[in-house]
Amino acid sequence: MEKDRREFLKIGGISVLGLSALPVFEALAQEKGPRYKPDPKALKGTQWAMIVDMKKCWEQQDKRQCKDCILACHKIHNVPEIPDPKREIKWLWMEEYKHAFPDQAHEYAPEKVKENPFMLLCNHCTNPPCVRVCPTKATFKRTQDGIVMMDFHRCIGCRYCMAGCPYGARSFNWGDPRPYLKPEDINMTYPTRRKGVVEKCTFCYERIDEGLQPACVEACKVKALIFGDVTDPKSEVRKILSGHYSLRRKIELGTGPNVYYLI
Amino acid sequence: MLEKAFKGGQKYWSLLLGLLVLSGIGFACFMLQLNQGLRITGMSRDVSWGFYIAQFTFLVGVAASAVMVVLPYYLHHVKEFGRITILGEFLAVSAVTMCLLFIVVDLGQPMRLLNVLLHPTPNSILFWDMVVLNGYLFLNAVIGWTVLSAERKEMPPPTWVKPLIYVSIPWAVSIHTVTAFLYAGLPGRHFWLTAIMAARFLASAFASGPSLLILLCFLIRKRTNFDPGQSAIDKLSKIVTYAMITSVFFLLLEIFTAFYSKIPGHMHGFIYQFTGYEGHAELVPFMWLSVILSVTALILLIPPQFRSNEKLLKIACLTVFFGLYLEKGVGLVVTGFIPNVFDKVTPYVPTVPELAITVGVWATGFLIMAVLYKVAIGVKEEIRA
Repeated sequence: MEKDRREFLKIGGISVLGLSALPVFEALAQEKGPRYKPDPKALKGTQWAMIVDMKKCWEQQDKRQCKDCILACHKIHNVPEIPDPKREIKWLWMEEYKHAFPDQAHEYAPEKVKENPFMLLCNHCTNPPCVRVCPTKATFKRTQDGIVMMDFHRCIGCRYCMAGCPYGARSFNWGDPRPYLKPEDINMTYPTRRKGVVEKCTFCYERIDEGLQPACVEACKVKALIFGDVTDPKSEVRKILSGHYSLRRKIELGTGPNVYYLI
Repeated sequence: MLEKAFKGGQKYWSLLLGLLVLSGIGFACFMLQLNQGLRITGMSRDVSWGFYIAQFTFLVGVAASAVMVVLPYYLHHVKEFGRITILGEFLAVSAVTMCLLFIVVDLGQPMRLLNVLLHPTPNSILFWDMVVLNGYLFLNAVIGWTVLSAERKEMPPPTWVKPLIYVSIPWAVSIHTVTAFLYAGLPGRHFWLTAIMAARFLASAFASGPSLLILLCFLIRKRTNFDPGQSAIDKLSKIVTYAMITSVFFLLLEIFTAFYSKIPGHMHGFIYQFTGYEGHAELVPFMWLSVILSVTALILLIPPQFRSNEKLLKIACLTVFFGLYLEKGVGLVVTGFIPNVFDKVTPYVPTVPELAITVGVWATGFLIMAVLYKVAIGVKEEIRA
């Protein structure tokens, strides 16, 4: 009996040692260097930013209740249309002035501004609180171009990022989102999500990496959405920003939002 | 020692059975939640943390309060607490277990829980909360069990346990500080963004935890042959008194800053809690009840002649516990989301399955506590006999 136990402990100990050594061996055995090459067409920038020209946008909204950008974004990213506003998933959406800018809205603003909705999306902050609070690095800031990324497969669904984001840009899948997608409309090149994970706008990293503009920018027929590298003085966004006065949401919080609004 | 948990009267077994049934119901509802997702709760994209996280926050305080008997006994040789340190430690074990369970039931993907270890992220306060809570559970379980085993053999506890005891004292402070940091470091949540959050948490913890401990001491004295000692209860009641005064004082500081500065973001949370905001007043009755309970508690605790009266002390402890429960376990977390970042109000009301899961976790915690207390008291009775 005694001997059996000793034997068992020995084998058990060696097995545990072996199992714990396995990941080390795997790490050492791995090849150095990138396993894939970036697409040579990929757009390159240090900090992507977006300008939303609300004047142009509102003209289209007045003319034909335009929602081209939202439709394009939500279709390409398999964003479900959930009717319950408490459980909605939003990547790109419309919000009234006083709700989009609660810290600076005032009642004497022009009627046009007060009555027409603003386009809201993730601000891809320079200093994102959601990234700071995530306990698993499921949301992280991409080093090369500052996109605030979201790994749906690593997210544990603690929703700390939702508490951390001051822009309401994050949505949680309270239930299974797939029944809300039409099977024939699903974009097979982009993952659908399962219940219990957080999602948001990712500035179309998958398109940028192939040299394409974000889907919303491409869909906007009047060029009300302008995308570019805000650190590059020669970029179109910088030219526009230096020529027009622009607004950003809740700048007093120091998050450094990278979405600018022209009115 | 565990065998003591298996020898008990009918009342003991009925208690365990009752708690088991409640945790069973909670577990069944949790299975439903695993299957359906968190949509079976009352939470929403605007109020993304609800009752679970609120319970967790309150219970971290109860857990931390063990230090209020451990510190005086081991650092200041307050002999009266020698008999009840084990009760404080086992209360901490069950409270921390509840905290961890509340975090697990709140996750959207609980099966991915270990990602927190697989991808450790030191910049996340939640990562540190995981570290300190598990550490605190480990410390109290080991210390409690070891000291009790030594006591049973009528030997002094082994020397290696002393450093652990000393570590457990600042560790208790750390669990509630880190839990306060979960809230106090978020831009755009004005109700939580306050530097005295950790101090408020600790003050309320040192009132609510010891008041529960006093009630448990009375219960043990009545139902078993073990007397925790009147002087220990008297000392604890003084701790509750000072902690409760501090806790109310800290809350008043918050209210001053909010309403004298008149900064809307700082006022809105309190306005929502006490008068309702933009037509929404879900929390108003609970928050006023909390005020009434807290004021009653202070009236009963501050004059020594009231607090030394057993009946009044029991009422005082109940009012402290439930008053602070309403403040922290009901009001604090939800109000952080109301009004939301768009200055809109989405009300939150927990659903029946959500409440059943909550009750289930509490029942599991009390089940653990009942078993551990049975062991501890069994040992104490054995030594006396």
